[in-house]
Amino acid sequence: MAILFYIAAALAIIAGLSVILQRTPVYSALSLIVVLCALAVMYLLLGAPFIAVIQVIVYAGAIMVLFVMVIMLLNARRESATDRSRLAHFLGVPLLIALLVELLFVVWRQFPVASTHPAAILEGDPVSIGRLLFQTYVLPFEVTSILILVAMLGAVVLAKERVKGKG
Amino acid sequence: MIPLAHILAVSAILFVLGAAGFIIRRNIITIFMCIELMLNAVNLAFVAFARHLGNLDGQIFVFFVIVVAAAEATVGLAIIVALYRNRETLAIDEVDSMKD
Repeated sequence: MAILFYIAAALAIIAGLSVILQRTPVYSALSLIVVLCALAVMYLLLGAPFIAVIQVIVYAGAIMVLFVMVIMLLNARRESATDRSRLAHFLGVPLLIALLVELLFVVWRQFPVASTHPAAILEGDPVSIGRLLFQTYVLPFEVTSILILVAMLGAVVLAKERVKGKG
Repeated sequence: MIPLAHILAVSAILFVLGAAGFIIRRNIITIFMCIELMLNAVNLAFVAFARHLGNLDGQIFVFFVIVVAAAEATVGLAIIVALYRNRETLAIDEVDSMKD
C-alpha cells in the first residue's frame, strides 16, 4: 500500500518538473493534469476519498479544461528565450533551493519518522464531509457560492468583446 | 504507514517547483499553471495534517482551496484573454508598462 504512495509521489514530482521545463504551454498543461491525478491517488491513500474525487472532477476535469481551451484560443506557441535581464533567474532559483532545504530540514526535525503516527483512521467519506460542511462550516460554504457567482460575472465582463460605439 | 515527514517533503518539493517555474517562465499561462501547482502542494500538506491530527477540518480546507482556485483560474484566464486582445503578446516581459 505504501509503495503506491511513493510511486504516485515520484510521478507527481517528475510531472511537476515537466510542467516548469516544457517550452510548449500545451505540454505543460498536460503535465499538470498528470500531477493532479497523481495527487488524487495520494489523497485516496491518505484517507481523503471525497477530496480525491473532487480533485479529479473539478481541478483536472474543469479547471484544466479551461486552461487548455484558453491556450488553444490564444494560440500559445513555443516559448522563446527572453532577451531581457535574467537576474531574477540567477538570484531566484538558488534562493528557492535554499528554501527547499530549509523546509525539508524543518520537516525532518519537527516530525521524526519514528514518533509520528496518524491519530485515528480517518474516513473522509461524503457523509462526514457533508456533516462538517453544512453544520460547522456552513457560512464559508455559502460565501464561496457567492464567490463563484462573482467570479463568473467578472470573467464574462472581462472577456467580452467590446462593441464598437455602444455599451 | 506513510510517515508524515515524507508527505510533507513531497509537498515542499512540489511547492518549490511551482515557485521556480513562476520565476523562470515567460509565458503568462505557464506562470498561471505554476501557481496552480503551488496551490496543489499546499492541498497535499493540508490532507497530510488532517490525517496526522485525525481531524477532518484539513480536508474541508482543501475543498475550499479547490473552489477558490477554480474562481481564481476563471477570472485570471479572463484577464489573460483581455490582455492578449490588447497587447497581442503572452510574454510577461513585454507587458512592462500600463501604457501601450
